[in-house]
Amino acid sequence: MSQEQTAVQKKRAWMDILNESKPFLALAALLIVCMVSNEHFRSPQNLINITRQVSYTGIVALGMTFVIIAGGIDLSIGSLLALAGVSGIMLMGKIADPAAAVLAAFAVTLGIGILGGAVNGAIITLGKVPSFIATLGTLSIYRSLSLYMADAGTVSSGNDIFRTLGSAVFLGLPLPAWIFFGLAVVFGVVLRQTSLGRHICATGANPKAAEYAAIRTNVIRFITYAIAGFTAGVSAFLFSTRLNSISSTDAGLSYELDAIAAAIIGGTAMNGGRGSIAGTVAGVFILGIISNALDMWGAPVNLQGLVKGSIIIIAVLIQRQRNS
Amino acid sequence: MNSETLLEVRGLYKSYSEVKVLNNVSLSVGKGSVTGLIGENGAGKSTLIKCINGVTRPDRGEIIFQGRALKHITIESALRLGIVTIPQEFNLANEMTVRENIFLGHELKRGGVFLDHAAMRKRTRELLERLESRISPDAEVGTLSIAEKQLVEIARAINHTCKLLIMDEPSTVLNPPEVENLFRIMRAMRDEGVSIIYVSHKLNEVKEICDTVTVLRDGEFVCERPVSGLTAKDMANLMVGRELSRIFPPKLELPEEKVPALELRGITLAKLVHDASLKLYRGEILGLAGLGGSGRTELAEAVYGIRRIISGKVLVHSRERRIKSPAQAVAAGIAYLTEDRQSSGVILSFPLAHNCTLISLKKYCRASFISRKKEKEAAEEYIRRFEIKTTSGAVPIRELSGGNQQKGAIAKSLDHEPEIFIFDEPTRGIDIKSRSDIYYFISDLARQGMACLIISSDLEEVIGLCRRVAVMREGTVAGVLENEHVNEKEIMYLATGVK
Repeated sequence: MSQEQTAVQKKRAWMDILNESKPFLALAALLIVCMVSNEHFRSPQNLINITRQVSYTGIVALGMTFVIIAGGIDLSIGSLLALAGVSGIMLMGKIADPAAAVLAAFAVTLGIGILGGAVNGAIITLGKVPSFIATLGTLSIYRSLSLYMADAGTVSSGNDIFRTLGSAVFLGLPLPAWIFFGLAVVFGVVLRQTSLGRHICATGANPKAAEYAAIRTNVIRFITYAIAGFTAGVSAFLFSTRLNSISSTDAGLSYELDAIAAAIIGGTAMNGGRGSIAGTVAGVFILGIISNALDMWGAPVNLQGLVKGSIIIIAVLIQRQRNS
Repeated sequence: MNSETLLEVRGLYKSYSEVKVLNNVSLSVGKGSVTGLIGENGAGKSTLIKCINGVTRPDRGEIIFQGRALKHITIESALRLGIVTIPQEFNLANEMTVRENIFLGHELKRGGVFLDHAAMRKRTRELLERLESRISPDAEVGTLSIAEKQLVEIARAINHTCKLLIMDEPSTVLNPPEVENLFRIMRAMRDEGVSIIYVSHKLNEVKEICDTVTVLRDGEFVCERPVSGLTAKDMANLMVGRELSRIFPPKLELPEEKVPALELRGITLAKLVHDASLKLYRGEILGLAGLGGSGRTELAEAVYGIRRIISGKVLVHSRERRIKSPAQAVAAGIAYLTEDRQSSGVILSFPLAHNCTLISLKKYCRASFISRKKEKEAAEEYIRRFEIKTTSGAVPIRELSGGNQQKGAIAKSLDHEPEIFIFDEPTRGIDIKSRSDIYYFISDLARQGMACLIISSDLEEVIGLCRRVAVMREGTVAGVLENEHVNEKEIMYLATGVK
């Protein structure tokens, strides 16, 4: 190999590092700007609040990242969150023992999440329905089920343990944030270090080559939807403990969009095969900080979507540059 | 510049990422003549053509057409100038009729709005008559044979004002009478003043149809000569730059003890393959020849569990196996190198190392965690053993040349330690050095007892490697040739059924 070529490849390696750090550089820049420009923003309480707020969508975004890397999309995730949450709280009301009730709610919320994800996976892999269409369908189905169960209202719990969990704080950080970070580490390790992660990437990058390489791509894709459902369940549980109730109309509304946006901003390729969990976490925080900072600056609430949308488009434009 | 020159290409350069594909190439095409463009796979023939017809842009160099230097050729501007290409893979819409295809994008209209079906039908009929073809203008293209589709492409070409017709390997898919007909049409067009660039690696045909020949090798211009003074063998030596015999390893003898590793009995698929039977022995290299569309790849895909077998049996080491997925094929010890490297052979965005371990990843895992170190070492071992040109296993395989990608794809299949290895067009589109390397690997594998099946449309390759060749025709194995019967004539006879 000639020196010239080695130099080219070294340069490319640096470019890769730069490209992969783009979301983190953006996050750092954003943090600095916001902290310098606004004293309320930089108060520890506000920073902790942001962390708590992003945790619910963040957990869902982790599952979404797996789905997108494997070449799919899950639009139903917000509706599934509502369905899982409503099911959990409704069950809790039927069990007398408070501790047992919370445990049962936990199990059911997660179970419904995983089940809903598995249903998506089955429709997409066994039924060979494009993921966009399949989950567009279940988006409507899951929301409708939760509306029906809760009579289009809010279901609440009178359970004190449940409420305590929702406001629990360890070492200064709220429980949902700990779970978000913990899951992020686990998901990151699975994606980078395990054969499942490698197979998810292969399935998204080139499903045919993956299939020929003896990878059961249908099983892999099914697993990603089940995992996404699991994250919806976890988020639903944490979300309902926080308010001690869950609204069948509003819970999880447009979470799928935030989760997709976070993954894309974090560098996950929309057509699959490439992405990182760390990037998604950065994407989640970028969205959360922007929304918080706009509040602090007193920007009209109705214009926040404009900013968010613009950022998503810019992120994709930057990605496109990289691919060409 | 000669007044009779239609096209003059000078000092053309083109690189894809880090691979130089064209390196100071020139070409000259006379008016009303047939110019042969020959060279090994990967010599740069297709890229040169793509520079001329506007599909891609050269890095530098001159292209002079009718005395005018062309800058920034696009597909549209080339067509307007009368540069028409008939690609290897036809650009026809199968669901549309012959007439619709011929006028696709240039529909005749009445009053500028409404399609003038009658005029288009009439014109199509005239064009087809000029080609002495009986194809109906209203036939659906999907129902035509490959030779007929080619005629439709030619008809579409001469419907434009065609001054330069570029034909990329047009005869590979044709049987001998069809080739004769093609040559008749080409001569007629030449006599009308059309210039033709004929890309082929069938040197006897080049000898027959071309006036001059330009030879490329590894992206470089070798020479331009009148065909009259050359034999097919001369051309072969010019293309290769060394004696052909050295590209191939010494042929292995047929194994003394015939232990069948893979046996197919009356395999029938839903489409294309019916009642195909063959035996593949341990330690042999069996060729599987046949024309495009004869069902070779489909048969291999069925063995590998990608296509469903409707009837018939697959025996692996004399035991019947029902293989329904690549995973089961791999478990049965079968490896399959696909013919389409980029779409199913490798994952382009993955590093070389990740491609090498894709099938056998379990070997590198402890409790489902991948050992990066072991994986890296395995990749380095393959890089050494196969002389893969790369700085490390971490380089995305996309950045390697076709030949090195192919070596990576072979490493991937080899890494799961198969006993039966099906190579589908193992050297298509790769450079001569890698090609020879791959022949030597295959020979080594067979010597160590691997049962190797080589599917190839390149007769030279089949004849150079195999003592035994099975030939498919119309979905079934038409016959098996051994030893001295392995020659071009007997293979083509079995492949076409025509003497």
